Amino acid sequence: MAGADGDDSLYPIAVLIDELRNEDVQLRLNSIKKLSTIALALGVERTRTELLPFLTDTIYDEDEVLLALAEQLGNFTMLVGGPEYVHCLLPPLESLATVEETVVRDKAVESLRKISQEHSPVDLEVHFEPLVKRLASGDWFTSRTSACGLFSVCYPRVSSTVKAEIRQHFRTLCSDDTPMVRRAAASKLGEFAKVLELDYVKSDIISLFTALASDEQDSVRLLAVEACVSIATLLPQEDLESLVMPTLRQAAEDKSWRVRYMVADKFSELQKAVGPEITKNDLVPAFQNLLKDCEAEVRAAAANKVKEFCENLPEENREQIIMTHILPCVKELVSDTNQHVKSALASVIMGLSTILGKDNTIEHLLPLFLAQLKDECPEVRLNIISNLDCVNEVIGIRQLSQSLLPAIVELAEDAKWRVRLAIIEYMPLLAGQLGVEFFDEKLNTLCMAWLIDHVYAIREAATCNLMKLVEKFGAEWAQNTIVPKVLGMANDPNYLHRMTTLFCINALSEACGQDITTKQMLPVVLKMSNDQVANVRFNVAKSLQKIGPVLDSNALQTEVKPVLEKLATDTDMDVKYFAQEAISEMLFVVSS
Amino acid sequence: MSAISASEKVDGFTRKSMRKAQKQRKSQGSSQYRTQSAPVELSPLPQLKDAPSTEQQELFTQKLQQCCMLFDFLDSVMDLKSKEIKRATLNELVDYVSTNRGVLVESTYPEITNMICTNIFRTLPPSDNPDFDPEEDEPTLEASWPHVQLVYEFLLRFLENPDFQPSIAKRHIDQKFVLQLLELFDSEDPRERDFLKTILHRIYGKFLGLRAFIRKQINNIFLRFIYETEHFNGVAELLEILGSIINGFALPLKAEHKQFLMKVLIPLHTAKGLALFHAQLAYCVVQFLEKDPTLTEPVIRGLLKFWPRTCSQKEVMFLGEIEEILDVIEPTQFKKIQEPLFKQISKCVANPHFQVAERALYFWNNEYILSLIEENIDKVLPIMFGSLYRISKEHWNPTIVALVYNVLKTLMEMNCTLFDELTSSYKAERQREKKKEQERDELWKKLDELRLSNAALVQNNSHGLLGVQNNNNNNNNSSTNGDNQDKSAEAAAVTPANQDPDVGAATGESSPCAK
Repeated sequence: MAGADGDDSLYPIAVLIDELRNEDVQLRLNSIKKLSTIALALGVERTRTELLPFLTDTIYDEDEVLLALAEQLGNFTMLVGGPEYVHCLLPPLESLATVEETVVRDKAVESLRKISQEHSPVDLEVHFEPLVKRLASGDWFTSRTSACGLFSVCYPRVSSTVKAEIRQHFRTLCSDDTPMVRRAAASKLGEFAKVLELDYVKSDIISLFTALASDEQDSVRLLAVEACVSIATLLPQEDLESLVMPTLRQAAEDKSWRVRYMVADKFSELQKAVGPEITKNDLVPAFQNLLKDCEAEVRAAAANKVKEFCENLPEENREQIIMTHILPCVKELVSDTNQHVKSALASVIMGLSTILGKDNTIEHLLPLFLAQLKDECPEVRLNIISNLDCVNEVIGIRQLSQSLLPAIVELAEDAKWRVRLAIIEYMPLLAGQLGVEFFDEKLNTLCMAWLIDHVYAIREAATCNLMKLVEKFGAEWAQNTIVPKVLGMANDPNYLHRMTTLFCINALSEACGQDITTKQMLPVVLKMSNDQVANVRFNVAKSLQKIGPVLDSNALQTEVKPVLEKLATDTDMDVKYFAQEAISEMLFVVSS
Repeated sequence: MSAISASEKVDGFTRKSMRKAQKQRKSQGSSQYRTQSAPVELSPLPQLKDAPSTEQQELFTQKLQQCCMLFDFLDSVMDLKSKEIKRATLNELVDYVSTNRGVLVESTYPEITNMICTNIFRTLPPSDNPDFDPEEDEPTLEASWPHVQLVYEFLLRFLENPDFQPSIAKRHIDQKFVLQLLELFDSEDPRERDFLKTILHRIYGKFLGLRAFIRKQINNIFLRFIYETEHFNGVAELLEILGSIINGFALPLKAEHKQFLMKVLIPLHTAKGLALFHAQLAYCVVQFLEKDPTLTEPVIRGLLKFWPRTCSQKEVMFLGEIEEILDVIEPTQFKKIQEPLFKQISKCVANPHFQVAERALYFWNNEYILSLIEENIDKVLPIMFGSLYRISKEHWNPTIVALVYNVLKTLMEMNCTLFDELTSSYKAERQREKKKEQERDELWKKLDELRLSNAALVQNNSHGLLGVQNNNNNNNNSSTNGDNQDKSAEAAAVTPANQDPDVGAATGESSPCAK
C-alpha cells in the first residue's frame, strides 16, 4: 500500500501547485481550498521548507483566494509538524494580515489568534511577539490595524519585560494618526483590558479609554462606549466613580447622535457593569435623557431597553423609580412622531406589567396599551398583539378585548399582505387566550375570509391557521363551524378557491379524524376529480394521497382507487403524473 | 384597499415610480443637539451702512454674535420673527464682506470663525431612509438651509475678500476646522456639498500649511468609505477637488501621491455606488497618467484586478475608463500591458450582455487605439481571435454580430497571413482546450480519491502524517522508476503553456514550490 500511495500522492500535487498559478481564479481557488491535501501528501518537512515559502511569495492574488488561504493556514498546525513548528505559519499569515481587503485581514488575524494558542511560551516570545511588534509599527495602516487584535492573545503568556513592550505598543496605536487604527485599537480596548493586571488597567487603560472617548471622530468615540462595559466590570466599585463615570456621563451627552445611540444600545450592559448605586444616581437621569433625545434613532434604541432597564433596577426602590422617572417618558413615547420609536416601545412595553403588578398595570399601563393598539402604524399594533401573553399573566386579556378586536380586524384587512400574514400567525395564540365563544362570535369570519385572500401566502397561512385552531378547539368544533364553510368553497366559480378547499382538507384531515374525513371530506374530494381545471384535478390526486392514511382500507379500495385510476389516464400529463404517484404510494399504504 | 389602481400596474406589479411617488414628500432633517438653551428673541440692530464708520466695526461684531443664535427649522412656525432677523442680518453680512474694503481687521477673525463654526459644524442627522439610494431616492434636505446657505456664502466671500490674510486666519482655520468641514461632505443635501466643494478648494489654495493635512484626511475618508462603511455622500465632490489638485502636482511625483493613486483611487473602483463618482474618479486617474506615464502598467493591472464580475453596468464604466487611459497611453507602455489587457477585452467582447460587448467593440472606432493594435497585431490578434470568431457565429444580438464582423475585417486587413493561420487552426485549438479541460477534470477526480485515502490513512494510523512523509521519501528515492517518469511526462503535458521545469521536477525529485 505504501508504494502505491506514494506514487499517486505526488503526481497530482505537481498539478495542484501548478494550478495555484493558473490564470483562472476559480481554479486557483479550488487548489487553495485543497491546500491541506497538498500539505498532507507533501509531508510536514516539505510543507515547511517548500510549500510555505511558496505561499508566502505568491501572496499577491485575488482577495478571494487570499481569504481561502488565510482560513486554511489557521488549521495547519498538525500539517507542519505540530506545535513545535507552528511558527512556520507566521510569515504567510503576517503578509496576509497587511493586505487592504478587510475580510482577508480579519481572517488572517483570526488564524493568527488561533495558532498563537499553539505556541509554547518560548516560541511566543521568540516568534510571535516580534511579529506583533512588526505589524504594530508597519508603514501602512492595514498592518497596524491587524496588530490591534493580537496583543491580548499573547500578553498573558509572556515575561514582564515583553509585557511592558506590548503595553507600550498598544498605547502608541491608541493615538495613531489614522482614524482606522484608532478605531481598531478602541474596539480591542475592552478585550485588552481583560488580560491586563488590575494596576495596569488603572494606570494605562483608563487614560487610553479617556482619550479615545474624547477623540475628534465620533466613529472612535462610540467604540469607547463598548470598552466602557468591560472596563467597568473589571474595576472595583469604589474606583468606578472617579475612573469611569466622568467619561460615561460625557458619552451619554455627546454631541454626536451615534455616540448617544451606542450608549442607549449598550445600556443594559452598562447598567450591570456599574452596579445598582451608580445606576440609581446616574443612569436613571441619563436614561431619561436618552428617551427624550432629539434624534429618533437614539430614542428608538433607548425605548428598546425600557423593559430590561426596569427589570435590572435594584428591587427595593424599583417601583418608585419606574413610576416617577421612567413611566412619564414612556407615556410621551407612546405618541412619538417617529414610528420606529413607537414600534420599538411597543415590542417591550407589555413586559413592564409583570414588573409593576396588577394594579399599576391597570391604572397606568393599560391606557398606553390601548393607545398603541389604535396607533396608525400597523407595526406598532402588531408588536402589542404579539406580546399579549405578558399581560395575560398579570391582568388577563379580557381587559383588552374591547380594544383588541377593532385592532385585529383592521390588521386583518391591512393593504400590506405581510401585515395580514403577521396577524394570522398570532391567531391561534389569541384564540387560546380569548376562548372559543369570543372567537366564534368575533374572529371566525376573519379566519374564513383569509381563505379567499388574493395573495397565495395568506391563503396558505390561513389554511395552516385552521389546522392549529382545530388542534386547540377539537374535532367537534371543526365539524360545526369550519368544515361546512370549507367544503362549500368546493363549488366556487374561482378555481383558486376550489383548490383552497383541497389544501384545507389536506391540513385538517388528521386533526378532524377518520370519521369526518371519510364521511364529509372524501366525497367532496372525489367529486372534484371531474373538475374542468387540470390544476384542481392533480391537486385531487395529491389530496387523496395525503388523506389516505386517515381513511379506512375499505374506502381506499372502493372509492379512492377507482378515481385515482381514472385520473391516471387523464389527458393532462401533470394530472397523470400525480395520480400515478398517488397510486404507487397508496398501494404501499394498503398493503402494509 | 390599495391606493394604486389596477391601470397603473405592470403585470400586476406596482410601478417603481408610483411607489416612490406615494411616499415622496419633501424630506428634511437637521441635527443641532442641545448646543444652547432655548433661543432668545432677537431684536434688529441698525443697518451697517447707516452707522458712522467709527462704530461700524463694533456693529459688525455685534451682528456676528447675533448670528450665533441657532433656531429649530423642523418646527416651521417657531421664532418666525427672530429667524427673519437673522436671515436679514446674514444677508447684510454677506454683502458687507463682499463689497467693502478694509473691513477684515485682525480682531474680527475670531468672531467671524466663531459664527461660522457655530452655524455649520454639527453632527449630520441620521438618514431618513436607511437604505438611501443616491441614484433613485430624493435626498433629505437640510432644514436650516435658509440660514446655513447664507453662512456658507459668507464664509466663501470672507475667503475671497482681497483683504483676507491667511497668516492671521490660520490660527482659526486650522486642522480641526478642516476636519469638521470634511465631515460635512457626507451631507445628503447636494446644495450643501456644492458649497463645501468650493470652500475647501479655496482653503486648499490659500493655506499651504494645510494642504498635506487635507490630502491625508481625504485619504482617510476614502479608505473608510472603501473598507469600512461603504457610505459617504461626498465622494464625487472630493474627487473633483482632487482632480485639480493632482493637476498641480510637481514632477517627479512624490511617493505619497503614487501611494494615493494605487492604494486609494484604484480600490475606490470596487465601491458599490461607483456610478455616482466614476467620471470624477476616471479623470483623476487619467491626470496621474498624464503626469507620469510609467504608472500606466500598475494602474491597468490594478483595474484588471478589480474588474467587475457580476455588475455589467460597472463593467461598461471600467471599459470607458480603459478607453480614456488608452487615449493617452504611450506606445511603450501599451506594449507592457497589452497581453493582460486584451485578455480582458476579449472576455468583454464575448459578454452576453450586449452593452458590455458593444462598449468593448467601440474601441475599434478609436483611431489611436487602432494604430496601437496595428503596431502590435501579432500579439493582439491571437488573444482576440478566439472570442471574436466564436461570437461572430453565436451572439444573440445582431448589432453585436455586425460590429464583430467589422472588427474581424479590420483585424484581417492588418495582418492577413496571421488571420488565415488562426482561422485554420481555430478548430484544432478548440479541441486542444476541450482535451485540457477533460484532463483537468480527471486530475481533480484523482485528487479527491487521494484525499479519501489520506483521510483513511489518518484515521487508521495515528502516525498518519509520518506515514505519508515516508511514502514521499520512498517515492523520491525511486525516481528512476519507469512508471514514475511516465507520470511526470504526463503531468508536464497537461500544462504545456507552463515553461517552468519544476512541474516535472516536482514529481521527480525536489521542489514543487520553487519559482
